[in-house]
Amino acid sequence: MSTINFTIDGKACKAKPGQTIVEAAKDNGIYIPTLCHFEGLKPAGTCRICTVKVGGRNMAACTTPVTEGMVVENKTADLEDYRKAIIEMLFVEGNHMCPTCEKSGNCELQALGYRYMMMAPRFPFLFPRRTLDASLPKIVIERNRCVQCLRCVRGITTADGKRIFGVVNRGGHVEITVDKDLAASMTDEMAQKAMDLCPVGAILKKEVGFAIPIGKRKFDSKPIGSEIEKA
Amino acid sequence: MASLDAVVKQVVSKYGNDRTRLMDIITDVQTELGCVSDEAVAQIAKILDLSKVDVEGVITFYHFFTKTPRGKYTVYLNNSAVANMKGRAAIAKAFEDAVGCSFGRTTSDGLIGLYDTSCIGMNDQEPAAIINGVVFTNLTQEKVKEIVTGMKAGKDVKDLVKEYGDGANQSDLIRAMVKNNIMRKGPVLFAPYEQGSAIKAALSKKPEDVIEEIKIANLRGRGGAGFPTGMKWEFCRKAEGAKHYVICNADEGEPGTFKDRVILTELPHMLFEGMAIAGYAVGAQEGIIYLRAEYLYLKKYLEKVLEDLRAKNILGKNIAGKGFDFDIRIQMGAGAYVCGEESALIESAEGKRGEPRNRPPFPVQKGYLGYPTTVNNVETLCCAVRIMLEGGEWFAKMGTAQSKGTKLLSVSGDCQNPGIYEVEFGTTVNTLLEMVGGRTAKAVQVGGPSGTCISKKDFGRRICFDDLATGGSIIIIGPDRDLFEIVHNFMDFFVEESCGWCVPCRAGNVILKQKLEKIMSGKASTKDVQELEDWCKIVKATSRCGLGQTSPNPIYTTIQNFREMYEAKVKKDTDYVSTFDLLAAVEESCKAAGRIPKVEEH
Repeated sequence: MSTINFTIDGKACKAKPGQTIVEAAKDNGIYIPTLCHFEGLKPAGTCRICTVKVGGRNMAACTTPVTEGMVVENKTADLEDYRKAIIEMLFVEGNHMCPTCEKSGNCELQALGYRYMMMAPRFPFLFPRRTLDASLPKIVIERNRCVQCLRCVRGITTADGKRIFGVVNRGGHVEITVDKDLAASMTDEMAQKAMDLCPVGAILKKEVGFAIPIGKRKFDSKPIGSEIEKA
Repeated sequence: MASLDAVVKQVVSKYGNDRTRLMDIITDVQTELGCVSDEAVAQIAKILDLSKVDVEGVITFYHFFTKTPRGKYTVYLNNSAVANMKGRAAIAKAFEDAVGCSFGRTTSDGLIGLYDTSCIGMNDQEPAAIINGVVFTNLTQEKVKEIVTGMKAGKDVKDLVKEYGDGANQSDLIRAMVKNNIMRKGPVLFAPYEQGSAIKAALSKKPEDVIEEIKIANLRGRGGAGFPTGMKWEFCRKAEGAKHYVICNADEGEPGTFKDRVILTELPHMLFEGMAIAGYAVGAQEGIIYLRAEYLYLKKYLEKVLEDLRAKNILGKNIAGKGFDFDIRIQMGAGAYVCGEESALIESAEGKRGEPRNRPPFPVQKGYLGYPTTVNNVETLCCAVRIMLEGGEWFAKMGTAQSKGTKLLSVSGDCQNPGIYEVEFGTTVNTLLEMVGGRTAKAVQVGGPSGTCISKKDFGRRICFDDLATGGSIIIIGPDRDLFEIVHNFMDFFVEESCGWCVPCRAGNVILKQKLEKIMSGKASTKDVQELEDWCKIVKATSRCGLGQTSPNPIYTTIQNFREMYEAKVKKDTDYVSTFDLLAAVEESCKAAGRIPKVEEH
C-alpha cells in the first residue's frame, strides 16, 4: 500500500492508509493528547482533548483519518488552551479526590492535569450528586470519577458479544451502568481488563488494591505522552 | 389485561423481532403498559438477545419514553421561550391547581401526570400542550379547567377538543385544534400543482439529469445547514451499496420552527412525491420519514396519504409505468432535539440512542443500516418537486447569489400575525417585520436558539445563507421583554437536549448557564462577562456536532449585540464578585447557637 504524506505543525510525516491522525502522529513521534482513545477499540471521540485543526476546522484527531497532503495544526496556543479547558471541565464535572483514589499515579486524567499544568480549574465546581455501585461481585463502579469515555462500553463484552456496560440518560445526566446479570458473570480477567481500560478510577477490581505502590506508578516519574515524544 | 410477558412478546414479534425497530417496540410496549419497567426491559432484551443496558440506554435517552408510569393522562406543556411570553406560567399554575400536583410529577392515584417539554412546534399558538398525543393550543385558564375536569371524568382526550383548526386539521384523520396560520404563500411551495406530474417529469429524465437540474437550481438544504442538495444526491448516488435510502428529516425541533408541521398538514403529497424524486435520483427504492413524536397527531393522516399515493401509482411498484419502484414508511421519534442532526436521526431510526456519529463516513457513504443514505429536510424535498416542474433556471432566478428560491419562515413571538411566510431569500429583517406586524421589536432571534440574536442595528440584514442563515425559526422579541430570561430559557433547552456524548457540550453548557445566572443575579464583574464570552468560544470550537457548536450562541450573540445589557448588570469597580453569601450560610447555625452574626467588611 502507498504511503500518505502529511504534516503536523509543519513537520513532514508519513501515514499508512486508514490510520487516524492520532495513530499516525504516534508513529511519527508526535504526541497528541487523548483520553477516551484506547488502542484497539473503535474510536469514540467523546473527550475532544485530541482536537486539532485541519484546513481551518477543528476536529478530533482520534476519529479523523489522515489524507494525502493534510496539514494538521497540533500544538498551537489556542488548541493547547482548549485541551486544558476540557481537562478542567472534566475535573469540575465530576468529584475527583486524587489523594484517596486507588488509580492515583495510573490515572490518565490526573496525568493530563499535570502535563497541562492545571492549578485550579477556571470553571466553578459543579459538585454533582453521583452514585457508587458496589453491588457487583467483581468490580466497583465509582461514578464520581467517571469521565464517560465509553472505553468500558466499547471494550468489555461477553463471549457472545453482548455489552456488559452501557450508557443511560442524556446530557449532564448520562452515566455508565451495567447489565447486572451479565456483570455477575464477569471473570477476574474481565474485571481486571475493565479496570485497566478505565482511564480514571471509576472501575475498580474488588479485593485488590495498591498492588503497585504510589511512587512507582505509570505517570509518577514521567509525564503522560513522553513515551511517544521523540527528543 | 394481558400479562407483561405476553404484551412484550406480541409487540416484538409485530416488528419481526428486529432490533433496529426498537423505537417502535418501546413505543408500543409503553402504549400498552403505560411505561417500560425493568421487567419489560429485561423481557425485550431477552427476546432480542440484547444486553439490558442496550434497551435501557434507548429508553432513558428520549423524553417521551419512561420507565415509571406518568399517568393515565400525561400532560406535556411546552416550555419554550415563546410559550413563556404568551403566558405559560399562569397556564402551568392552572394545571397544577386543577390537577393537584406539581410539574414533573404524577398524581398519587396515577390518573394525571404533569411534565414540561421542549418546543412542540406550536409557537404561533402558545401556550400549548400535548396530552396523550393530542395537541391543545392557545390554552387559557378556563380551557385548562375544562380539560382537567374532562380527564377526571375519564373522558377520551380526543373528545376534549372542542374546535378544529383550518384546512386538513379538520379532516377525520387529524381533527386537531391546530391552526395552519399560512400568512404568505409563495411560488415554490404554495403554488398549485398536479399530483404525480413532478415524478413523471423526473422519470422522463435520467437520474443524473435530475441531479443536474437540482444543481442548476442551486437548491440548498432547508433545515438550516444549507448543504447543496444536488451534491448530496450525487455523492449518495455514486456511493457503493447493495441498496440506497432516502430519509426525510421531519424532526423539526429548533424552538420556534413549525413550518414542517404546516407542510405535513397541507402538502404531504408534495413531500412524498419529492421523496420519490430523491429516490429515483440516488437509486433508492425505500424511503423513511422520521416524524417527530410531537407530530404523532398527523401520523394516521400521513399513512392515508401514502395509501392514496400508492393507489395513484405515484408510490409503489412501477411508478407511472416507468419501471421505478419506491415506497415510504413512517418512523416515529420520541422526543430528542439532537435527532434533527442527520446522523443522530439515522441512529435513532435504527433503534438506538440518538447520538450523532463520527465522520467520516458520511451518511451518503454509510447511512441507514450502513447503506448510502440521503437525509433531506421536508421543505427541501418539496422544493425538488417544484424544480422538476418549473426547471432549475426558474428556481435560480429567485433569491441571492448563494441562496436561491424561497424560504418558509416560522414567525412567532411579539408580532401581530404569527404564522408561516414563504418569502424570497434575501428578504431583509425589516421587510419581514413590516410583513408580520412586528415593527416595535428590540431583538430578533433568527434561526432559533442555535442561530443569531440581532439588535435593531442589524435589521437591515438579509435572511439567506450569505448573511443570516435560518432553518426557518424567527422569534420576535418586543421592547418590554427581559432578554436575559429568553437567553436563559434557550440555555436550559440546550442543557436538557445535549446528548451527553462529548465533554464540551455536556459539561460546557451547564457551566455557561451557571455563569449566565451569576451575571443575572447581579453578582458579577466585567471579568465574568469576558470569561463567559471566552468559554462560549471553547464550547463552540471543540464540540462534536452542530448542537454543541451552536449552543453557546444565545449567550455569545447577545454579548456581541447587546453588550450594554450585560454591562448594566455587572459591578464595574471590582475584578471579582463572590457568589458565596457568608451571612446566608451562617444564618441557620447562628440561630441555633443564639448568636447574631457579625460580618466585618473585608
